[in-house]
Amino acid sequence: MEAVLFAITAICALSGGAGVIAARQPVHSALALLLVLLSLAVDYLLLDAQFIAVLQVIIYAGAIVVLFVFIIMLLHGRSGEEAGPGAGLPPAVAVVLCVLFGGGLLAVLAGTHAAPGAPPAGFGTVQVVGRALFRQYLLPFEAASVVLLTGMIGAVALGKRLPAAPGGPAGPSERRR
Amino acid sequence: MTVPAPYYLALSALLFALGMAGVLVRRSALIVFMSIELMLNAVNLTFVTFARVYRSIDGQLLVFFVLVVAATEVVIGLAIIVDIFRSRETVDVDEMDLLRG
Repeated sequence: MEAVLFAITAICALSGGAGVIAARQPVHSALALLLVLLSLAVDYLLLDAQFIAVLQVIIYAGAIVVLFVFIIMLLHGRSGEEAGPGAGLPPAVAVVLCVLFGGGLLAVLAGTHAAPGAPPAGFGTVQVVGRALFRQYLLPFEAASVVLLTGMIGAVALGKRLPAAPGGPAGPSERRR
Repeated sequence: MTVPAPYYLALSALLFALGMAGVLVRRSALIVFMSIELMLNAVNLTFVTFARVYRSIDGQLLVFFVLVVAATEVVIGLAIIVDIFRSRETVDVDEMDLLRG
């Protein structure tokens, strides 16, 4: 049962990953990314990480992908790329490099020898994760809230267009034109 | 845990390589961003797998913090992409070659 579920999610995740990098339209990439994220949430459930699986669905699928789709809509379909060769690495070279790197990772990670036993009771539940978060990881948790606040302020500052004051100095987003 | 850990780790290695290929090959900044998310998720999968293998909750806590940083990164990054789009009318990363914007 678990093996079948893992096989299905692995196929979905890999085809979704291929879809992200191969799709012509950015919105198709976003939907393929959603497929990857949901498959990984199922994998987290198989790995006794219930809380992380729920967070994955809420934060990644619920917030990040929606933000991507929103930005794709905001750029009104001009979020694709023009035809013609790019200025960077030729795609064939890049793909060969990635295959080599992926093979190296595969060799290192798949060679892991570990015989896991049964997890402790309640492993991965909100209770256990929350206890670790508010005791052992209290300082990083507080730092994470500062990071989120900085992100919010930064997004507002970047997204705000200052109107050009007549006769006065131009706002930061106008000055660079 | 009827599926052995190396299978999960192999899946994560393949996803990471796919994300890396996306960053190197694609030129739309949005798709490059999604590929970065793909790589972050691949790393998250290794964290959760090793947390399970070593029966330690620390790996799952790290995934929590990766989620926080990923959310912030997406918000800031997309705001920057929108700002660049407003001034340059493109999201092609090869077109963004002026340091002064």
